Amino acid sequence: MAAQKFNTTSLARGLVSILLFLVLWEIGSRSKHWLGADIFGPLREALGAMGFKKTYIPWIGAVPAPTEVLRAWVDVIGDAGYWHSWYMSSFRVAAGFVAAMLIGIPFGLMLAVNRTAFGIGFPVFEVLRPIPPLAWVPASIIFWPTQEMSIAFVTFLGAFYTIVINVVGGARSIDGRYFQAAQSMGSSRWDIFRRIILPGTLPSIVVGSAVGMGITWEVVVAAEMISGGGSQIGGTSGGGLGFFIWNSYVGGSYEQIVVGMISIGIAGFISSELLRSLGKYVTPWLRLR
Amino acid sequence: MAAGMQAARPAASRGAIRIEDVVKVYDPDGAAVMAVDHCSLDIEPGEICMIVGPSGCGKTTLLNAIAGFHSITSGSITLDGEVLCSERKPKAEPGSDRIVVFQNGALFPWKTNLENVAFGPTMLGKLSKSEVTEKALGMMADAGLSGVEHNFPGEVSSGVRRRVEIVRALMNDPKVLLLDEPYRALDSLTKSVMHEALLEIYYKNKVTIFFITHDLEEAIFLGHKVAIMTTRPCKPKKVLTVDIPHPRDYSVLTSKRFRELMEETSDAVHEEALKAFRAGEKEG
Repeated sequence: MAAQKFNTTSLARGLVSILLFLVLWEIGSRSKHWLGADIFGPLREALGAMGFKKTYIPWIGAVPAPTEVLRAWVDVIGDAGYWHSWYMSSFRVAAGFVAAMLIGIPFGLMLAVNRTAFGIGFPVFEVLRPIPPLAWVPASIIFWPTQEMSIAFVTFLGAFYTIVINVVGGARSIDGRYFQAAQSMGSSRWDIFRRIILPGTLPSIVVGSAVGMGITWEVVVAAEMISGGGSQIGGTSGGGLGFFIWNSYVGGSYEQIVVGMISIGIAGFISSELLRSLGKYVTPWLRLR
Repeated sequence: MAAGMQAARPAASRGAIRIEDVVKVYDPDGAAVMAVDHCSLDIEPGEICMIVGPSGCGKTTLLNAIAGFHSITSGSITLDGEVLCSERKPKAEPGSDRIVVFQNGALFPWKTNLENVAFGPTMLGKLSKSEVTEKALGMMADAGLSGVEHNFPGEVSSGVRRRVEIVRALMNDPKVLLLDEPYRALDSLTKSVMHEALLEIYYKNKVTIFFITHDLEEAIFLGHKVAIMTTRPCKPKKVLTVDIPHPRDYSVLTSKRFRELMEETSDAVHEEALKAFRAGEKEG
């Protein structure tokens, strides 16, 4: 009952938050007087007189208003190319993310369980980890035969490090008494791995995946922009939401830029929610009391 | 009560622990610290032996040596005549004949209470899955744990968790239960309930109990034998036989004999607590 009430309240607050944001944005964008010419006008003029370009002063009036964005959205909503961008980005995120899970979780567990593996594997890992995934873009374009593979690889890197670090940390922070208890009760090494280490690490895997998923979206969009997604709006090949944004920018359609940005926001939100519910499902003991 | 119950010695044929001249020296960063100093103690089969001493006196070191979690430096510990550890084999093999109930509890949080209780027999694999479940449900019902079988440990009170853990230990049919201040974190009301619950479980399953505590009242109330330990290095300072007949209940606490025994021993305990406190001050 209490939880139900809390949910309604927080939902209402969330709606108010989004509405307030949209309204302020609309006013700011529409009114050329608010946060615009009138307040900063003299300052702009003064700076202009000093030889600076007037455009150096950011101005919310330059951003399309939400209503204009909505109109642009309605225009592309029937466009197959727009949905293909969704599909391409989601596909790349899913591919990179699943690969990161499939490789990262066993690798992390191996580092956590085996001292030798840790000693040999971890230093290299730690040197490679600080390299931002985007710094890998040129090298991976050279290395991978297709552009698709290079984007997927960079996306994979985005999630991989976070997942591994979380798995190692999670497995190592399992209470030593669990091992002692299991050992006393006759568990073999395999039993301990399967029944203690694996479930004990699961919460950290869930956390690592959620964070990794966020990074994956950041990376895929940037990788698409840099590598050039391949097709134009209206086309059905290549693309991706990152390229959609870049293409809109190049084409001077500022409303579409914002459409692309919000689309990514929505896509990221949906994937986080999916992961969160999946995470709750696999760690039932954590939703307690 | 039955005549057999009158004596301080319960009827049990197994679970005799003999601690002989055990020494444990820790050597962290080259500075040898003696945790246990030529400690000898005999525990009879089926006896509740309470080990009393201030926090950090080295009691747990002794328990870890019996359980097989840590090694000893010299001396020997035997269980029913079988050597667990000695100078030649300093670390005992952990086994299901000696189960530890940990200070803050070590139920697996990702398993339900029933799965926790069923863990030991499942590992040993001697019984079928349905037999294990049946036995687990029966033992839980016996211990008043009906209704929480399918809850996770995190969903029940700490008192219930502690009982589940004791049942989990008993499911392995151990010779010895090793309890490391199991009720330390509980409030005194819950504690008193837990004491009676423990005795009730004990009367049904006669095992030797090696029970570490710093609470003298708890020790005299539960134990057949109370060993008051000196603080670091740890060895018995005074071993007291509690001649209050079992089964006991809470009326014992207000009895004359209980008060006499408390008076007899509290000086010794207080003295060691003071020593531990001063040593702690020096280190700090």
